[in-house]
Amino acid sequence: MSALEVSTPVAGERVPVIATRGITKHFGSVQALRGVDLEVYGGEVLGLVGDNGAGKSTLVNILSGSFQPNSGSMFVDGKQVTFASSLEARRAGIETVYQDLSLAPDLSVWANIFLGREQTVKGPLRLVGWLDRKAMARDAEADLERTRIRIGSVKALAGRLSGGQRQAIAVGRAVAWGSKVLLMDEPTAALGVEQQAKVGELVRSVSDQGVPVLLISHNLPQVHALCDRVVVLFQGRVVANLRPAESSVDDIVSWITGASLAATTAAFGALSRGASHDGELSHDGELSHGSELSHGSELSHGSELSHGSELSHGSELSHGSDPGHDGD
Amino acid sequence: MAIKLPAALSPVGAVSPNAGPEGGPPPPRRSAVLRAVDRVGDFWIVGVLVVMVLAFGLKSPDHDLFTRASWLNTSDYAVEFLILAVGETFVIITGGIDLSVGAILGFTGMVSAAVMQSMLNGGDNSLLTTVVGFAVALLLGAVIGFANGYLITRLKLPPFIVTLGSLTAIGAAPALINGGNEIATLPSQITTIGSTEIANWIYVTFVIAAVVCVGMGFVLHRTRFGLRTYAIGSNNLGARRAGINVDTHLVRVYTISGVLGGLAGMMVTANFSVASPLAGTNDELNAIAAVVIGGASLFGGRGHMLGTVVGTFIIALLVTGLVLVGVSGSWQQVATGIIIVAAVAVDQVRLRLAER
Repeated sequence: MSALEVSTPVAGERVPVIATRGITKHFGSVQALRGVDLEVYGGEVLGLVGDNGAGKSTLVNILSGSFQPNSGSMFVDGKQVTFASSLEARRAGIETVYQDLSLAPDLSVWANIFLGREQTVKGPLRLVGWLDRKAMARDAEADLERTRIRIGSVKALAGRLSGGQRQAIAVGRAVAWGSKVLLMDEPTAALGVEQQAKVGELVRSVSDQGVPVLLISHNLPQVHALCDRVVVLFQGRVVANLRPAESSVDDIVSWITGASLAATTAAFGALSRGASHDGELSHDGELSHGSELSHGSELSHGSELSHGSELSHGSELSHGSDPGHDGD
Repeated sequence: MAIKLPAALSPVGAVSPNAGPEGGPPPPRRSAVLRAVDRVGDFWIVGVLVVMVLAFGLKSPDHDLFTRASWLNTSDYAVEFLILAVGETFVIITGGIDLSVGAILGFTGMVSAAVMQSMLNGGDNSLLTTVVGFAVALLLGAVIGFANGYLITRLKLPPFIVTLGSLTAIGAAPALINGGNEIATLPSQITTIGSTEIANWIYVTFVIAAVVCVGMGFVLHRTRFGLRTYAIGSNNLGARRAGINVDTHLVRVYTISGVLGGLAGMMVTANFSVASPLAGTNDELNAIAAVVIGGASLFGGRGHMLGTVVGTFIIALLVTGLVLVGVSGSWQQVATGIIIVAAVAVDQVRLRLAER
């Protein structure tokens, strides 16, 4: 990780643990992300939802250092950072539970938990990277025990475990190592109802200790029940920043499908035509700071248009608006 | 470890070691056959070797297989394959393959012999000539292995294609050295290494091969490098996400394979007291066969150094054993082929049973 510069947060404003500004990513001609602004604050569980292809996993891969963005900036604790690899992101305290779990099926549970951060013995054998297998097995057992994940023996091969157990190990590994933020990409996809609830408890417990969790899930009732805030991605853009306390699951669905966006765009178009008559709108269609719509303007169903969300006709709401949640 | 969780949190995953995989009722008791399969584990191939030794030993006239001469023949024959198979084990566990090891053996053997011959012709028969010969072989092997790894990782070329190219190109090179003739003008130390027996039962070259097997076995099974080798073969993307520099690791693995190819070249030169442009021809196939018979998966992630050693001895025993029982050389190839397929088939069945 290289700290390029320190951002200058406005006095009194909370500094997000992790933030992005204008992140874009394309794969050939496919534009996966189109200027994503996102903040994750300490102690919150932030849901990131969207339809297939909305860009959720791409964003997670960028935050976790697996992909590098084509443009845009990323900040950890207010410092601009770039991650050239997953290792750099992990060193910055960002742990990820990937959709495919990223476990090595031919390695034991303890080896999976310590992979990339292996413990070596003390003394001259350390020079050749001699593993302290006993210590890692013992610590892995303790870590899984702390997270109340039981898989029998930590010496078992990951590939011999059930889908649920593998998922539990991936979650446990991330929880054990994540010091800054946990990114969870569909962490409950392979789990039964009871185990989904237990992962939910785990997520809550982590966030209660001040470590924010960015949860990506198609399980909207779970997202609605678990998250303090929900950000909706639509075609590579952040289109809504919702508070579950003020929004229903149906509201989230309507943002995911684009129905709310279409209605809002129409309303915004009418409003901006009026603003244009009053000379408030600049030539390029961007509303300036302090304009009436930019600062936490309440839209339908208690939702807010998020920072920098680009609307379909190109108008942008400015940065600096309220994140919509105080991270309690 | 960063996060402490309250003890009040209820468990995730299976509830107890006796519970079912999803925390349900305990699974039914495994049958005696499945429990036996579990116990035998990855080492069933050791039993195959023991059966072969007994079968060839009892079948051979006067039980010749159990003689010192027969052991020396078998172990001597195994030396080059042991060394090549050790490197191949690392490569195959990463999910790759190295077809060039036989060609590296032949090429490095010829080049180092040519260098040593040149020094000898200059009147230098000191230990330095031998040391330079070894250094040239190992260094040349390292360079070829590094080039293989570099092309595979940086140009994203399939290992099969890259090493097939190396095999083809390097395989032809020994014919260009010394007019394609053998080189027999070698330092006395080289011929001593190849002909000296320790306690009348073990050649020095075999001791060298054994040290390589044991040393690299520890590297594979006890060090960070070994663990990461398995991880890359088991889940390449997962290994990258875990922060492992997969490309650098793979380059190192192919370099090790190349270095061992160079060492095997020196051992063959020492064994025969001559460097031959034909040395190493098709050796890669025996090395790969030994690794696969030993239980490694060509898909990566699985393999064991003990299995590789046993696999090598099975191939070596087929050669000496079949000769002793009077079967012609052509049948040895047929037998080796059948054993490769049978070993992999049995291994697959065993794995399927173990997963039940």
